[in-house]
Amino acid sequence: MHTEENCRFAKTHEWAHVEGDIATVGISNHAQEEISDIVFVDLPKVGQQVTAGQNCCVIESVKSASEIYAPVSGEVVEVNTALANDPALVNREPHGNGWLFKVKMTAPAEYENLMDLTAYKATLKK
Amino acid sequence: MTQSNLQKTPLCAACEAAGGKMVDFHGWLLPVQFEGILAEHKAVREAAGMFDVSHMGQIFVEGKDAWPFLQYINCNNIKNEPGAGVYSHILTEKGTIIDDAISFCLTPEKFLVVVNAACIAEDFAWFEKQAARFDVAVRNESARWAMLAVQGPQAVEQVSKLLPQAHSLARFHITEIELFGAKGYLTRTGYTGEDGVEIMLPNDRIELLWNALLKQGVKPCGLGARDVLRLEAGYLLNGADADQTRTPYEAGCGWVVKLAKENFVGKDALAAQKAQGVKEKLTGFVLQGPGVPRAGCKVFVGAEEKGVLTSGTYSPLFKGIAVGYLAADAAVAGNEVELEIHGKRVKAQVVKTPFYKNRV
Repeated sequence: MHTEENCRFAKTHEWAHVEGDIATVGISNHAQEEISDIVFVDLPKVGQQVTAGQNCCVIESVKSASEIYAPVSGEVVEVNTALANDPALVNREPHGNGWLFKVKMTAPAEYENLMDLTAYKATLKK
Repeated sequence: MTQSNLQKTPLCAACEAAGGKMVDFHGWLLPVQFEGILAEHKAVREAAGMFDVSHMGQIFVEGKDAWPFLQYINCNNIKNEPGAGVYSHILTEKGTIIDDAISFCLTPEKFLVVVNAACIAEDFAWFEKQAARFDVAVRNESARWAMLAVQGPQAVEQVSKLLPQAHSLARFHITEIELFGAKGYLTRTGYTGEDGVEIMLPNDRIELLWNALLKQGVKPCGLGARDVLRLEAGYLLNGADADQTRTPYEAGCGWVVKLAKENFVGKDALAAQKAQGVKEKLTGFVLQGPGVPRAGCKVFVGAEEKGVLTSGTYSPLFKGIAVGYLAADAAVAGNEVELEIHGKRVKAQVVKTPFYKNRV
């Protein structure tokens, strides 16, 4: 299961957790706090190709829209359908049931280039 | 702009201490939210919330011609009965909107005009220019007054613990008060669609009021909740939904235009526009699909682009709601349109505003 400790992070505040060649993707606790009051998640479609570092999803809070960037490249194989009825899951459990989508990775090395939790937290202190 | 360049209200430190997330709002450092926009929205719709609105402006108009002067620079009929306030638009000669403001009659020869923060300097310059041929003195006292809006079904009850006269103050009326040893003003007004009051006190006393209400359980609320509440209630945001390219007729505020008045700035232009009809009209939309409409989204009728949103948000009561300027022929309640959100077209319905109708 993905937890804050066993995920890797992009500098744009997404996390990825890998099992086999499948990466589960979500946003960090810091990101959900900054976005706050999430009211809609416009998820990518299953089958869609996403590219590391490119916008693939939009999270809407009451006050603004935030673009979410894919931390790894590949094909979307599953999306978190629970978010359709309860988008605030991302606020409550950003590292648990509030995950966004799963990607079948085409370039697993991208995952290794992401930051661990300690390195990610260090970027927040700047 | 860094935060140090921003203007601070006398409640800035108190807002930060209460957990306010401070942002740049037209050059002012103000809280966008405290606990969260949804929780604050709920507090105002169901109990009581308070907003620091000290950035708003207070312009006093005094003299023998105070009332005729205000009648001349407002398109609505200003009342010259002590205690009575009137919402109106202040227009250019072309009939377009400089600001929307409430003029309160303190005495037949002394009025208080409460104006939008971003318009204080322009309003004051305009007032002074127009005042030249009237026997009036116009004073901008914005810098010495702080202001707190207390809004919600329990707002009057909460404020009456400090100011018992709040109970008997009629809607859109003003009364002079004395609180914490200083003179101020209490008005039965607001920008949320709920009952409530706004209290003006000298800068050095406002924190005492904030702290007293905080202790009573009134919830601190930020600009984020305020914007959702005002949009639900169908109130204009000057600078977004109205500006000097739009007239009150276009902005859906024909009711503030009193063409029967003898004369006022912008009258000829408005009379002509009324005779011709408007080409575009500020229109309400409720999203039928998923997503959140925002200012700048294009409005399509069939394949044709027919308008653009000027305000939009997620409403806890109505989901995606917005207002925008739409071609008048399409601005008919019930019409189906599409809003372009992040490059996708989402169905929406044209509706009459306000979205939310309540006690006021």
